[in-house]
Amino acid sequence: MTKHLRRYASIYGAMWRNSVAREMQYKTNFLLWIVVELLWFALQLAFVEVIYQHTDRIGDWTKWQVVLLAGTSHFIQQIFTALFLVNCANLSELVRTGKMDFLLLLPVNTRFVVSLRQVDLGGFINAFSALAVVAYSLIKLNLSPTFIQIICYLLLCAVAVLAHFSLMSILASVCFWTTRAQSLVWSYYNLFHVSRLPDSAFTGHFRTLFTFCIPMLLVANVPAKLLATTLENTRPVLWLFISVLACFISSEIVWRHALKRYSSASS
Amino acid sequence: MGKYWHIFKFGIQTTLVYRVNFLARAVFGMIPLAAVLMLWKAIYKDDPIAGYSLDDMVCYYLIAMLVTALTSVTDDDWQIATDIRDGNVNQLLLKPMNYLGYRLSLFAAGRLVYLLAAALPLLILFVSLRDYFRLPPDFLHAIAFVIAVMMAGLLQFLISYCMALLAFWVLEVATFIFILFAFETLASGSLFPLDLFPPIIRQILEASPFPYVLFFPVSIYLGRIDAQAIMTGIAIQAAWIFAATALAQWIWNRGIRRYAAAGG
Repeated sequence: MTKHLRRYASIYGAMWRNSVAREMQYKTNFLLWIVVELLWFALQLAFVEVIYQHTDRIGDWTKWQVVLLAGTSHFIQQIFTALFLVNCANLSELVRTGKMDFLLLLPVNTRFVVSLRQVDLGGFINAFSALAVVAYSLIKLNLSPTFIQIICYLLLCAVAVLAHFSLMSILASVCFWTTRAQSLVWSYYNLFHVSRLPDSAFTGHFRTLFTFCIPMLLVANVPAKLLATTLENTRPVLWLFISVLACFISSEIVWRHALKRYSSASS
Repeated sequence: MGKYWHIFKFGIQTTLVYRVNFLARAVFGMIPLAAVLMLWKAIYKDDPIAGYSLDDMVCYYLIAMLVTALTSVTDDDWQIATDIRDGNVNQLLLKPMNYLGYRLSLFAAGRLVYLLAAALPLLILFVSLRDYFRLPPDFLHAIAFVIAVMMAGLLQFLISYCMALLAFWVLEVATFIFILFAFETLASGSLFPLDLFPPIIRQILEASPFPYVLFFPVSIYLGRIDAQAIMTGIAIQAAWIFAATALAQWIWNRGIRRYAAAGG
């Protein structure tokens, strides 16, 4: 088991080195993408600022709590971007061109290589800007979280990243049937919009759908509430874990079915 | 003119391939809209915000969604950049055709196909929110809205076209396009009506062309501006279109001199 783990860790290390080398080839581009992400993050914060010029509460959320939520959502999104996004987006290219053949031949778990092949380093840098906003909002809220709280927060964020990965992986797998699925993958960005909004603004079917089926109103809300100490009981945490587990298992099932459809291309 | 009509028809055929993509885009695009509408419902108590009642606000987003569907550039800028980078422009340079006119015909065809693909989801959205939906206050506003939307589409296309032409100089234009798009999202009023900004910021944003691709036509539709302001606004739109066309030609002429015809 440990031998197995060590082997995968060393493969992952090699993929990291590869990605770093690739990114450093285009330094200006690398920096420009960071500027892009910073601007869009600033845009979200501007949205919160302007809205709170006209109200003092959304449901039971105050302004700095919503900033904390936006920061948390951005942090999760950026870690997800760093580890998985490019790989999910590129899957349909692999299938269309038949380059998947090569990855299938490797003596490792195919889903592991396909999902983690490329690391987007800019995502980690942007994750820091998100954490800075989270820290600033904590100061504004007069909160100083304990060590345990911070550990639990990071754990919940990791679970949230897994949720995004599972859901996007399901969308990306559609390409085994339709060949082109990139626009489906980018459509996923619309769900990130939901994840950074305060849950108590929502009611009815929308809330049910995005809590229990697609846990968008849990992934960022639950960790943010944990830090803001507005978590009333452990039920949302439990739901988050259950739904993420369900998402991950479904994504694995979809992946296995999808792979059976693969018939290579050309040669 | 005839040759561009053929390009238009050709464009319809080629973009029909993307109909499922367009449908997915339209359906998924409604999720954030639904979310932001619920957010506003939670924020509103009884008082209007910046002169918008809750009904006005919902209607604003609905019409903004419609205008965006009619005018936004979906794939054109990437295609132009690819044309330049991969050297596909070569074959077009040989034809007695203006590249701008060629792309504009394809853009118009793309919008038509997009609208057909998005018609059903848009219809469902409008029917489910029919209580908030209303028509323009009078015939003048309705006519002015149609004109302003067409000009908005043209302006939007020209802005994206200019950005895509940067591909003559840089390998990847995506970053530049996304940076501009971030500004546009804020300044065009697609995030929220510009009236919500403090007056000073609003004035700065109105000095840019972006309010004229979305906020201006939506304001006409909602009857928030009078005939005088409509005339001024359309004149400013025309001026921006003129300026953008001149800029596009200038960039094109400089770019084509640098153009190395890769892959030719």
